[in-house]
Amino acid sequence: MKSDRIFGLVVVLSALAYFAGAWQIQAGMMMDPLGPRAFPMLIAAAGLICGIGILLRPDAEPEWPGAQAWLGMGIALAVLVAYAYSIVPLGFLVPTAIASAAIGYLIEPKAKQSILMGIGLSAVLYVIFKYGLGLGLLPLPRALMG
Amino acid sequence: MDTLANLWMGFGVAVTPYTLFLAICGCFLGTIIGALPGLGPSNGVAILIPLAFALKLDAIEALVLLTSVYYGCMYGGRISSILLNIPGDEPAMMTTLDGFPMAKQGRAGDALVISGVASFMGSFLSTIGLVVVAPILASVAYRFGPAEYFALYMLAFATLGGLTSNNQAKSAFAACLGLALSMVGLDNSTSATRFTGGNLHLYDGIDFLVAIVGLFAISEIFIFIESHGRSSALGIKVGKLSVPWGDLKRTFGAMMRGTGLGFIAGILPGAGASLGSFMAYMAEKSISNRKDTFGKGDPRGVAAPEAGNNAAAGGAMIPMLTLGVPGSGTTAVMLALLLTLNITPGPRLFTDQPQVVWGLIASLFIANVVLLVMNVPMVRLFVKILSVPPWFLMPMVTMVSFVGIFSLSGSYFDLLLMIIFGVLGYILRKLDVPTVPVILGILLGNQMEDWLRRGLTISDGDWMFLFSSPIAVVLWILAVGGFVAPLFLRKVLKRPAVPETDLPMDKD
Repeated sequence: MKSDRIFGLVVVLSALAYFAGAWQIQAGMMMDPLGPRAFPMLIAAAGLICGIGILLRPDAEPEWPGAQAWLGMGIALAVLVAYAYSIVPLGFLVPTAIASAAIGYLIEPKAKQSILMGIGLSAVLYVIFKYGLGLGLLPLPRALMG
Repeated sequence: MDTLANLWMGFGVAVTPYTLFLAICGCFLGTIIGALPGLGPSNGVAILIPLAFALKLDAIEALVLLTSVYYGCMYGGRISSILLNIPGDEPAMMTTLDGFPMAKQGRAGDALVISGVASFMGSFLSTIGLVVVAPILASVAYRFGPAEYFALYMLAFATLGGLTSNNQAKSAFAACLGLALSMVGLDNSTSATRFTGGNLHLYDGIDFLVAIVGLFAISEIFIFIESHGRSSALGIKVGKLSVPWGDLKRTFGAMMRGTGLGFIAGILPGAGASLGSFMAYMAEKSISNRKDTFGKGDPRGVAAPEAGNNAAAGGAMIPMLTLGVPGSGTTAVMLALLLTLNITPGPRLFTDQPQVVWGLIASLFIANVVLLVMNVPMVRLFVKILSVPPWFLMPMVTMVSFVGIFSLSGSYFDLLLMIIFGVLGYILRKLDVPTVPVILGILLGNQMEDWLRRGLTISDGDWMFLFSSPIAVVLWILAVGGFVAPLFLRKVLKRPAVPETDLPMDKD
């Protein structure tokens, strides 16, 4: 109930914001009667109706995870973002090993198993991607590679 | 005869030593992906698309590889349904109802063989159906103009949430979200920038592969962390593997009925394989359940839904190929694949690039034969692979997704976008919002707008052009009907209570 009320409200507000965004699109040369603004506005209107529909007829409350699971998912998110930023400057091997180990640990908290898995997975995937698929991956930080 | 000549040509294109090798790899991978809970046809195919590009495959080769994976998933899903009582993917859900009881009675081997043969029957016959029906539909669709296409897209969006979702407002919202996201980037005809926030990375729009991998694969990581990988542990052993000829003979009728129903369910827009197996099981139960053996390990209850879901997989290719409108999540991913290969599905495809269509169809036949061989005598191997624990599987999926998306553009921006889609996918799944319409919206949004604008240009701004032909009007009526009908049908067509996935280890 409550989740869907909030969700519906978010949808309504986003639809309004999207409509405002569509309003501001600068149409250069008008090549056709519709132009680039109308279709996004239609989508925003449809979205608005859906949002109101969700708001008025909410479903039963979903089963949200507990605090610990939220924490785990938050850490996973941070790990993924850090991994996305580090894969270029730090090379493939080290970030992949750390990120795999972290995600494995979050799913089943056994430290030794996760670390071994991370190192193994990173090495095996590197060989597959580099030599099997021929992707141009740097194994180690650029600075170390000379 | 024309069809046979075309098919012959298709085999000529698709049968080379290298493509056969790819088909075998694809079938093998596909069966594994289908069997592993948490990886299904849509996210499995999605994470492999970027890798197929990295391999620098040409269009036919990429199609052979990925259709083999797609069909392989349809075969593989049953393995974990039968052995673990956990469907390996959504369409395999109905197979748990009789498959797991059979396994508990020590007939796991029989159940696997019967379902393997049923899968083969379903997909082989439906591929023949595809050969017959697709050219006919293509010749009708050849006359489609902007009004018909716009109405057709409406039909796809209206029915996609369909019977599988519980809240029409939410599935409609999902479609709007997808369409809204597809607008990001430069407008094709006026080169106005839309919703980019001045970010140069967004000028080309949002790559649908990024969205698909994020929504389907990355969101799965969060689901697994939340559940702490509860669904693992292999409890049941496969006994002796022999071909239960008697059972095969007795289930033949069930397979045929399942195939027919599944094929029809597959062609319908927005229905897909889950509905195919559901309909096949329910129909078989109402026809054959005289001694109340269904749900207690009746082989027909294994054969019917497996034939149904595989037949639906073949049927779902028809609207995707002839109209460019996918009927299910996986065919939406296949559409994404075709679009990335610069192949635009639609009636023209059959006349302009027959070698692609018929090569694809030939590769479906090849995949089926390979899969029958793999899934009946060699099923033990897959059973072993099934014991891969989630703490190993999920990091692997993550890393393959990251490298695949990274190899597309080499920018960290796409990776971040993929993570955002992953979070979005998790939230949407928690709130019971279907994610497939989001994908479909991103895939079709720009074309849908194009058709509308082209139509309005032709009609000089008169909106009534949308209803200007009988075909368009029929499509609009179907769209409205398809959107409203589930509200009423849902009460009649209650899904049977699928038993809560109880862990096999609790049973012993």
